[in-house]
Amino acid sequence: MFDYAPAPEAKLASFQKSYGHFIGGKFTKPANLYPTINPATEEVLAQISHGTAKDVDLAVKAARSSFEKVWGKLSGAERGKYLYRIARIMQERARELAVAETLNNGKPIKETRDFDVPTAVSWFFYYAGWADKLDHAGLGHNPQALGVAAQVVPWNFPLMMLAWKIAPALAAGNTIVLKPSETTPLSALLFAEICQQAELPEGVVNIVTGFGDTGAALVGHKDVNKVAFTGSTEVGKIIAKQVAGSNKKVTLELGGKAANIVFDDAPIDQAIEGVINGIFFNQGHVCCAGSRLLIQESIHDEFIKKLKRRMNTLRLGNPMDKNTDVGAINSADQLAKIKKLVKKGVSEGGELWQPECKIPRNGFWFAPAIVDNVSPANTVAREEIFGPVLSVITFRTPAEAVTKANNTEYGLSAGIWTEKGSKMLKLADQLNAGVIWSNTFNQFDPTSPFGGFKESGYGREGGRQGLLSYLKAGK
Amino acid sequence: MRLDVKKTYKLFIAGKFPRSESGRSYQVKDSKANHVANVALASRKDVRDAVQAARAAQPGWAGASAYNRGQVLYRIAEMLEGRREQFVSEISSLTGKTQKQADAEVSAAIDSWVWHAGWTDKIDSVAGSMNPVAGPYFNISTNQPTGVVGAFAPQGSALVGFVNTIAPAIVSGNTVVVVTSEHLSLPALTLGEVLATSDLPGGVVNVLSGKEAELSSWLVGHMDVNAVDLEGTSNPTELEISAANTVKRVIRPGTYPREGAKGNLQHILDLMEVKTVWHPKGH
Repeated sequence: MFDYAPAPEAKLASFQKSYGHFIGGKFTKPANLYPTINPATEEVLAQISHGTAKDVDLAVKAARSSFEKVWGKLSGAERGKYLYRIARIMQERARELAVAETLNNGKPIKETRDFDVPTAVSWFFYYAGWADKLDHAGLGHNPQALGVAAQVVPWNFPLMMLAWKIAPALAAGNTIVLKPSETTPLSALLFAEICQQAELPEGVVNIVTGFGDTGAALVGHKDVNKVAFTGSTEVGKIIAKQVAGSNKKVTLELGGKAANIVFDDAPIDQAIEGVINGIFFNQGHVCCAGSRLLIQESIHDEFIKKLKRRMNTLRLGNPMDKNTDVGAINSADQLAKIKKLVKKGVSEGGELWQPECKIPRNGFWFAPAIVDNVSPANTVAREEIFGPVLSVITFRTPAEAVTKANNTEYGLSAGIWTEKGSKMLKLADQLNAGVIWSNTFNQFDPTSPFGGFKESGYGREGGRQGLLSYLKAGK
Repeated sequence: MRLDVKKTYKLFIAGKFPRSESGRSYQVKDSKANHVANVALASRKDVRDAVQAARAAQPGWAGASAYNRGQVLYRIAEMLEGRREQFVSEISSLTGKTQKQADAEVSAAIDSWVWHAGWTDKIDSVAGSMNPVAGPYFNISTNQPTGVVGAFAPQGSALVGFVNTIAPAIVSGNTVVVVTSEHLSLPALTLGEVLATSDLPGGVVNVLSGKEAELSSWLVGHMDVNAVDLEGTSNPTELEISAANTVKRVIRPGTYPREGAKGNLQHILDLMEVKTVWHPKGH
């Protein structure tokens, strides 16, 4: 393989030495600092404030005040125009955002540039258009905003998850306090600057950085009307318990263990690409990743051979290199978790295979992996790994595929690979998952609702349905 | 002293600004009956050229993603905002509106573009359906643009009525041939310049200035037009009968208000076709 010169684009994003929270339209004085790093190099990028309950309270107060005095009184058309402005500024600063995201997250620049940032922008454009059309949302005439929304987003798609949360909430007329993940706060802080450039009224969007305790203080704040969380099922359950008995409306977008089902009549080369994309996109740090390959027994050997050949061509390394396919694992903790689960899967009978690839000396890395011959009881068939690890399970009939695919507490997504439309549609009916991809995988669009069945959470993001998460019927 | 340079007002067809093929023009006067400009007087041949351009542009425009069409419509709003003064001055000169009233009309026109821009990718979420048929079938209904729309802008509105005539047509992927108000045609013709610089493909909107009574029978009778909006016509019943020859969809005058800062979803749907797709389900 060829070597590539380092991309010069790292200079496109620059960070301040330290950041405070973004409350009431201004940045607070940085305090209680912790470092945020580039997981590909372990270099410190900036010092971030670890938010306290007091910071959260100030942010909620700012959001409440702005909801009552400004944002809640604005017409939908004017709210929409603010969202269009934000979308436009994000487009203008797209490359800078992509570079910042890659530096702080470790994911390849080709993904942030071509996926994360454009998708985030499209969410703002889409929901901008909803702001003056809420009568068409499906709740009858003049539906109402909920009030102050507490939003907690994960580290796997920091800016995109922010957009999925903020755009529909603002379109519906809510104000916001958002907490980004402790490991990836930088794109959210750049977004705060974008809110300033858009002249968004003070307090409409507030961003408090910090760890789990900061998020818990936010979710538990008594003056919050809505809680929206994306992250692990474990934390989702804690949040669901924390808000029990309150009037807070909740949406949870949690983990998954998606089956990617490949039939013998599938377009095989396309399916190989789809399976690769399904599990190795974003280092497998994707809640809807196709982490279980359900392959029809008759084509198992041929398919796995092709899959390994394709995996040999994946480039792992510097995320700032435009040709990198697999970037860094986001944190040392996550890397340890992946290693532990894979080890367990192998001890339970799985056969591990990884292509040979050079692992950079610094940073956190895990070579793409498949674990073949996995029994339904194996840990790697049941637990979400959230890493570039594909578990391989076989089946003989469509009915067996459905049974095995549904044999999980999760229900976020599934993939079906067959050229036969009638079979695909029947299977789609039978699978207990919120999103079904057929002859494709990992597709996202602001017009299309996303979210899970069962322990993958409740509520939807995207589409008209995504708006309903932030509205109540008018009186 | 410096003599100012006056603009020649021309038609807008296929993304270009031709004079009328007929070589004719007519005089547009301000509200005090002073001469303002000689404007191209469109002919039957101009109607045909415009329909041809609209037809040629239609598959490409309908084939653009809804997201892309939405951004183009929003871009029109941006460009219109940047040329606000020019429109305010044309509107107040022709109609006698005060600067403030004319300014409000331009604001309504801009906001209506923004309102329409937001619909491109929401029409099917609101007006499409998944149909629970009593059999093992996947059954889905979507809305598609009807094709080429022939439209007559209201005679009494200089800008916002014109915008609320073309935007509901093009939002879904139709292309349009539109005849302006005869006496208030200047802002509509200037809007062509805005459209030409907003990434809107040539031929999606074709603007003809002239006399509706002369052009209407040709546009409404044209075999390659799928729908007609008769808002600005003086003999709508006759035209509706003519439209029936090729079963054109017809919007009668007065059906939808044209002066507001937003349009009407039903207006958009009147210019669309419902398509239902069936597919069996089974292993």
